[in-house]
Amino acid sequence: MSVNSNAVLLLIMAAVLNGVPLLYGTLGEILSEKAGNLNLGVEGMMFMGGAMGLGAAFYFEGAGGTSGVLAVILALFFAFLGGAIGALIYSFLTITLRANQNVTGLALAIFGTGAGQFIGEYMRVTSGGYVAVSNNLKAVFLNSPFPAALQELPVVGPLLFGHSIFLYLGIVLTVGMHLFLNKSKAGLSLRAVGESPATADAAGVNVTRYKYLATVIGGGISAIGGMVYIMTIASCVWNHEALSGEGWLAVALVIFCLWRPLNAIWGSILFGALMILYQRLHLGFIPDELYKILPYVVTVIVLIFTSLRNSKDKQPPNSLGLPYFREER
Amino acid sequence: METVHAIELKHITKRFGKVVANDGIDLAIDRGEILSLLGENGSGKTTLMNMLSGIYLPDEGEILADGKPVTIRSPKDAFAHGIGMIHQHYKLVEVFTAAENIALGLKGKDHDRKAVAAQVQAISDKYGFGIDPNKKVYDMSVSEKQTVEIVKVLYRGAEILILDEPTAVLTPQETERLFDILRAMKADGKAIVIITHKLHEVMALSDKVAVLRKGKYIGTVNTCDTNPQKLTEMMVGHAVTLNIDRPQAKYKDLRLEVKGLNCRSGEGVSVLKDISFQAFGGEILGIAGIAGSGQKELLEAVAGLQKAESGHIFYYPPHPNSDIAGHHVPVDKAGEELVGKTPGQIRKVGVSLAFVPEDRLGMGLVGGMGMVDNMMLKTYKDTPGPLVDRKAPKALAEKLIDELEIVTPGVATPVRRLSGGNVQKVLVGREIASTPTVLMTAYPVRGLDINSSYTIYRLLNEQKMKGVAVLLVGEDLDVLLELCDRILVLCGGQVSGIVDGPAATKEQVGLLMTHVGGGKEAGSDA
Amino acid sequence: MHESHTPLIRLAKRDGMPKGQVWAIRGASFLAAILISALIFLLMGHNPFGAFGTMVGGSLGKPTAIRQTVKIAVPLLGTALAIAPCFKMRFWNIGAEGQITAGAVGASYFALFWADKLPGPMLLVVMAVAGAICGGLWALVPAFFKAKWGTNETLFTLMMNYIMIGVVKWLQGGPWEGRPGSQIIPQFDSAAVLPKVLGVHCGWIIVLILTVAMFFYMKYTKQGYEIAVIGESENTARYAGMNVGRIIMRTMFLSGAIAGLVGFIVASGADNTLYSGVAAGVGFTAITVAWLAQLNPFAMVGISVLLAVLDKGADTLQTQLSVPASISDIITGIFLFCMLGCEFFINYRLILRGGHKEVAES
Repeated sequence: MSVNSNAVLLLIMAAVLNGVPLLYGTLGEILSEKAGNLNLGVEGMMFMGGAMGLGAAFYFEGAGGTSGVLAVILALFFAFLGGAIGALIYSFLTITLRANQNVTGLALAIFGTGAGQFIGEYMRVTSGGYVAVSNNLKAVFLNSPFPAALQELPVVGPLLFGHSIFLYLGIVLTVGMHLFLNKSKAGLSLRAVGESPATADAAGVNVTRYKYLATVIGGGISAIGGMVYIMTIASCVWNHEALSGEGWLAVALVIFCLWRPLNAIWGSILFGALMILYQRLHLGFIPDELYKILPYVVTVIVLIFTSLRNSKDKQPPNSLGLPYFREER
Repeated sequence: METVHAIELKHITKRFGKVVANDGIDLAIDRGEILSLLGENGSGKTTLMNMLSGIYLPDEGEILADGKPVTIRSPKDAFAHGIGMIHQHYKLVEVFTAAENIALGLKGKDHDRKAVAAQVQAISDKYGFGIDPNKKVYDMSVSEKQTVEIVKVLYRGAEILILDEPTAVLTPQETERLFDILRAMKADGKAIVIITHKLHEVMALSDKVAVLRKGKYIGTVNTCDTNPQKLTEMMVGHAVTLNIDRPQAKYKDLRLEVKGLNCRSGEGVSVLKDISFQAFGGEILGIAGIAGSGQKELLEAVAGLQKAESGHIFYYPPHPNSDIAGHHVPVDKAGEELVGKTPGQIRKVGVSLAFVPEDRLGMGLVGGMGMVDNMMLKTYKDTPGPLVDRKAPKALAEKLIDELEIVTPGVATPVRRLSGGNVQKVLVGREIASTPTVLMTAYPVRGLDINSSYTIYRLLNEQKMKGVAVLLVGEDLDVLLELCDRILVLCGGQVSGIVDGPAATKEQVGLLMTHVGGGKEAGSDA
Repeated sequence: MHESHTPLIRLAKRDGMPKGQVWAIRGASFLAAILISALIFLLMGHNPFGAFGTMVGGSLGKPTAIRQTVKIAVPLLGTALAIAPCFKMRFWNIGAEGQITAGAVGASYFALFWADKLPGPMLLVVMAVAGAICGGLWALVPAFFKAKWGTNETLFTLMMNYIMIGVVKWLQGGPWEGRPGSQIIPQFDSAAVLPKVLGVHCGWIIVLILTVAMFFYMKYTKQGYEIAVIGESENTARYAGMNVGRIIMRTMFLSGAIAGLVGFIVASGADNTLYSGVAAGVGFTAITVAWLAQLNPFAMVGISVLLAVLDKGADTLQTQLSVPASISDIITGIFLFCMLGCEFFINYRLILRGGHKEVAES
């Protein structure tokens, strides 16, 4: 294998590593937005998920747990729970109390980053300055679940089987969400709620229930992204500096993907690549820090192009951001 | 002996805040019958039916289905009782196909996509609809969308169909087709309710008529036992003359001349094609057409709000001495080109536009602002300096309240809180107060009761008699035929004919609305 | 018998509630926020009374504390004022964070490279103008695309934040870096530092003047009127002959310029240097301030002071009771949630089942 193709392989591996947390963040937000709820609190929910997921693994091990699989399941569950709680607050305020979605989402971002940071610090302080997860457990989170034989195949080995369990879970989730939204009856109802809640309501769809479920489950999925970030990229250490910005990138990715789950797979890997390109593909004339803003610049360009194209099938859900009240006159 | 009605309403009352929309209403609906629910706008027809379709809950009273009391909490409950409603604003998801819209909200295995398509086909064949299950709603015409709505309701096994103003957006020919379908359904044993305020439809279609007035139930009569005059009296509460005046102005001056006008929409679609016509001071020129045939764009183009791609709009100002009573001086100046001028410049020339959109507010008036702030909407720039001057607008608002008998708690009350009739008086009143020489108005009586409508017609006639050129876009052909001196018919962005108001027939205009030149220029071109 | 009952609770819109009742509800929401926060303190094992006492004492207890609190409130208020005209226009500018940063960059350029070439007061004026122009131009970019093609401004302005913050990170480690390798931009020359009045940099005077000016601008000027009309309905504005695109761009420039001015105030008055965290989340928090104040500039003063008290108070908690500083974000969040939620009870009426007598006999 030439040095050059090896560098490309490393770049792809790193892109996937950095893309997976975004994949979850984006998928969750797509689900929420498909139901018409623009939840700008993704950043906050990812913080909560990251802190609670880390806490679950940490305390599980502290309590003498040794099963790696169980640790992963617990981390997933508690991360989901953290995001779901955040999204539930958001849902109650915007769906039941009809507060403005933009502002509520921002309040959730403030609250969630605070809560995540608080839990992270609290754990650090109570455990004597350092939240440490054993190397064994770290490996379970970071390494591929496939047998070594598969991973060692030339090129395709690492490319197909060399990633953390979360990529594969994420792909299953993406395909599942795609099928749910486009092939199932409940998915049809959900999309109708996001496009025109009055229509869905008149057709007998329970708008409130769909909005709540989509937003809360979406929030939970987004939060898993925060946990994946902490447990893989940040090596199981609470690092709010590194995590900050992920949630906003996920919001950007939703647009980039045109609200389609399948696009989120390659979209998040592309964004992951843009995020680490400065480490792998060093171009002297572009400083690192400017490299790092590429994902945002790309999103802006996509935004402009979608607004130029004006195709009916590539627009945000029609009622995105609007509250619904049946007896509105 | 007591007969069991399909649906019976007993003492239904519904309030919105302080407004009593329905006040103790009793009503019976029977199978195999078409019932017209007649009433003026704001009389509570739609509200009442919305309580059957599960949109609203009654505050008081009882609903019986087949003699048993029921509570309809949601549209789902309504379907369970076989009630289906076709709302005035179609409840369809634009980015879904017809089949997806129909399948929406249905549960169970027998509603998968194939089954839906097959059953839609069966329903279509039975009643003679032509519908492509895989067409996206945003590609459909208004009439197609309505068909999808009806099929959707039938698919759910509705035995009781409620249609809210179903003909408002249809051509006369499409209306006839709809009526045939409704008659077929009646023969099939379904109960049908149509909400309407158009008397001729009531007479043509229904078996019984129930009349509401100001939220109260007035009574139900057999259609064969009544006539339009009697029904109007029931609706309005007193005798009304149903004739609209068409006074003749002494002089007619050429005021506006449009030549070969072409416009494209923001998406690049051609919306006006080679439009040419003349408008005269001292006449009302009606503009008719199916919704979305270019009426809005035409008025906007003249007002400078829509960019003309090619063509000319010439304005001929009246002679300055022409105002003196009884003294008429013909226009002598050459036309002034309006294409290329800004909306502000065109307004200053004397061309005014009052557009009443479907939701009434949102084009001519700012709903959240009071009358004062609305008065200065087009003139706020006319005063010098960076600050707004609210003195003159305040005086104007007070004058309008006085002259047009506008009912409002005060000049600062947001106009959104006023009733429909008062909102329109504010809008049309403001445009007239700017003493235009060309007054363009679209749907000025949209949603108004009969009395308010007549006030607006009177105002338009007054303007005409003052020598103003009035351009009126309307949706009710009967009114256009009675009020206008000439009617320009648009079809697909083209002028398909200009007919003489007194001589034209409804059928002739209806044909012109669907086919360019279809009516064989029977009416003369003035 | 009814086969099913009417729902337990129903909603109805209400228009116009007595002023007293409105304030009672707002007061209740405030109380609820305090109670929830107290619960959190209890869970953490602190006496809530002690904790709140520490917060109030730490933020308002002595002159130095008050000065610190004012210092926090100044950028919040300034940015909320910046956002107000955009929100009035229903243009969701959530890019104040980036506009503040852009303004700080503009001001810093002159502070760093022109300090010896311009006389003191002149330097400050030039910095302020540069800050305003940079903030304004940064805001103009999304406004241009919104006006031209209707590009979604919420997401556009959001992205612009991170782009500008990235640019500052680059400046910090690149062209403007002080000691090589430090990743820090050097402190400003004392001539480039805002003078103090009553112990706090005079930015507080600037934002108070802006408060009155903004109130006046929105209420009595033609531009303010245009903004209000567009906010209600773009179509109406178009029909009135307004050039909607131009007004959007003008208003966004103004908004960005005020945010940029705030950036100048923070960099010059508070930080005395430029770093990537100059906006420190103020751009986002200020949105909630503006919204909760219902875009009334005077109400914004009160709300930004309240949030500043919470922030500074939480800071004191950290030093005195070693509670993590992030508690401030949590408590701020709780207050925002409660205040956002309470508007519902002002706008809607709950009808409980049995509120009306129903005859169920048949």
